Parts: sequence; C-alpha cells; structure tokens
Amino acid sequence: MITQNLGKAIRNLGARGIETIWRGGAMARFFWLVLTQSGMSFRRIGLSIREIYFSGVMSLVIIMVSGLFIGMVLGLQGFETLQKYGAEETMGVLVALSLVRELGPVVTALLFASRAGSAITAEIGLMKATEQLKAMDMMAVDPIARVVAPRFWAGVVSMPLLAALFSSMGIFGGYIVGTVLVGIDSGVFWSNMQAAVDFRYDVMSGIVKSIVFGIAISVIATFEGFDAEPTAEGVSRATTRTVVTSALTVLALDLMLTGFMLRSL
Amino acid sequence: MERKTMDFWVGLFILMGFAALLMLALRVSIGSDHVENTYSVEARFENIGGLKAKAPVKSAGVLIGRVTNIHFDNEKFQAVATLTLDKRYIFPKDSSASILTSGLLGEVYIGLDAGGDDKKLVAGDKIKLTQSAVVLERLIGQLMFGKAAEGADKK
Repeated sequence: MITQNLGKAIRNLGARGIETIWRGGAMARFFWLVLTQSGMSFRRIGLSIREIYFSGVMSLVIIMVSGLFIGMVLGLQGFETLQKYGAEETMGVLVALSLVRELGPVVTALLFASRAGSAITAEIGLMKATEQLKAMDMMAVDPIARVVAPRFWAGVVSMPLLAALFSSMGIFGGYIVGTVLVGIDSGVFWSNMQAAVDFRYDVMSGIVKSIVFGIAISVIATFEGFDAEPTAEGVSRATTRTVVTSALTVLALDLMLTGFMLRSL
Repeated sequence: MERKTMDFWVGLFILMGFAALLMLALRVSIGSDHVENTYSVEARFENIGGLKAKAPVKSAGVLIGRVTNIHFDNEKFQAVATLTLDKRYIFPKDSSASILTSGLLGEVYIGLDAGGDDKKLVAGDKIKLTQSAVVLERLIGQLMFGKAAEGADKK
C-alpha cells in the first residue's frame, strides 16, 4: 500500500517534470516560429499598429497613473528617511535612480502582463476555441504570421515606451512631492539628479531591461493562448497561467539582468 | 474603430514614449560622463583612506577624470591609483595629486594641482608629488599627544 502510494507520487512528479520541460521546449520552438514568420507583421504594418493600439495605447492610463503614484510615494518615503541624515536634497536622486533602474521596467512589466498579456492570451485562446485559427489554416493563412506575430511585435515595441513613460511620470510625481509638499528647491532637485544619474549606465540599462521583459511577456502571452485547451475552462486557465508565469519570469530575469549590469560597472 | 483614429492614437503613443525617453536622457541625466579620448597616469600614495575606483579627479573643483584602478604595490608597500584624465586637459609634469574629501562626510576625490614645469604630463607618467588622505583618528591622536606634551612641558 505504502509502496503503491510512493510509486504514484513519484510518477506524478515525473509527469510534472516532463510536462514542464516539454512546455519550455515548445515555447522555445514557438518563439523561433514567430521570429521566422514575422515578415507579414512588417509588410502589413496596419496589423501591428492595431495591436500596438490595443496593448500599448490602452495601457497608457494605468501605466501613467501608477507611475505618478509610485513616484510620489517614493518621494514621501525617501524624504522621511533622508531627512534623518540631513540629505533631503538628494531625494531626486533616490526617486530617479530607483525608477529608472528598477521600478520603471519591473512594475511596468507586471502591469503590462496583467493588462495586455492576459487580454492577448484570452483573445488567441478564444480564437482557437471557436476554431478561427483552424479556419485560417484551411484558407492557407498561417495563424502564427497573421495573429501571433503582430501581437508579439506590438508587445516588444510597447514595453520600452511604456516603461519610459512610467519612469518619467514617476520622476514628475517625485518632483511634485519634493517641491510642493516638502519644499526642496527645484533647481537643487534637478541638478542633484542630473549629477548622479548616468545615461549610459542607468537609463540604458533600464531600457534594455524593458525590451527583454517585453519579449518575455509577449512570448508567454501568445504561447499560452496558442497552447490553450479549446474550452472555456482551458482559456481561463491559460489566462491565469500567463499572468503568473510572466510575473515570475520578469522577476527572475530582472535579478539576472541586474546582476550582469552591476558587474559590468 | 476607424483606422485613422487608431493610427492617430498609436502615433501619439509612440511620440509620447520617445518624449519620455528624451526627458530621461536630457532632463534626468546630462548624457554620459563617459569620455572616449583619455590618457592614464599613475599616482602613489602612502594611504588612500576611503578612495575608491570611479572616484572623481578634480582640478580647481572641476571634474577632469576618474580613478579607474587602485592596487597595492607589494614592494614599496604603497597604494597605486591609476587616474584616467580627459585628453582635453593637459597638465605640467610636476603637478601634484592629493586625496581630499568634499565636506566633512562627502565623497572622497583626488585633487590635481598644476605645477610649473614646461614638460607635459603624458600617458603612463607617474605623479611624483602626492599627499595622502588625512586619517581623522591619527589627526585626533596627534592632537591629543601634542596637548599632553604641552602639559608636561609646563610643569
């Protein structure tokens, strides 16, 4: 009895392991297929523009408002601590560096995954469930070129722009808190920030991060949709998986990228 | 939605994104202080105090380069700092380097004072006149011993 249960547990573990590795391999092959089939999303640029509208423009409000709030909170919290050391003038540095290097790309990626990634998965999953993808295949239209690639490229283009907007709004929020609420001189705020933030190391590393996150989220979202079980339950499960997997992937990638980037300093 | 309105919004989105990038580049950071044309000189110190790599090198208070490398010379038991200076700035050969601190708790930097030599400092040169960092504990120690010695003299 015990050996039977133990055998079952080990079999379950094995099945899960194989499933995980299979999914990883399938996602890599899917990624390659999207890259090789993305000619159409550039030739018929209208398709990609439509997708940029749905994933980029529609995410603008949430990204900008969250950026503003996070920048304000950073300003208040930073002031609270910096004041103890009499260094409240460097609040701008704190806000700008933490936004540009870390929070901008990461929080934007998390918001983007839950706002746009889940929508992409649900859309593609539902297309699969209603057999639209199969119908396209029958008409000799490659669904990866027609449906997946434009959404993928839209995500890759939108992410860095959204992250830059998030950081700018955050710095603006920090500026408002710093000059209006706390009373730091605005010239001191900007000059300290400019002296401490380096374009090549800080801003560029943030941009590189956001591009990598954009690629990761777009691949995960489109793959989960394409791979979803063609039922209502399957689509809902795929949507959940998109958000969870993207969030974990973004945070893991962030740790790795930060490690590389700080070492190269 | 009509194609034209969609195009408009996407165009606006991309413009805003690039405006934000531009703001990050110009307003938040004044470009990179990475300089392509540089030359390196060495300076030996008895004690570098809190000096670290990437610390600024200033002359008359203006940033002219950075400390790129610090290592310990095991033969002379001295610290060797490599200063990478902007090629635009040329100094006399007998210039002196001293380790200074901006303010009481500020950053540690190297101050370069120009000498009066006709020959110029070129890549690979060694700065002969150096002044080590002031170690506060030693300074206080000297002061206390000095006071104690004064007191002993009076008696």
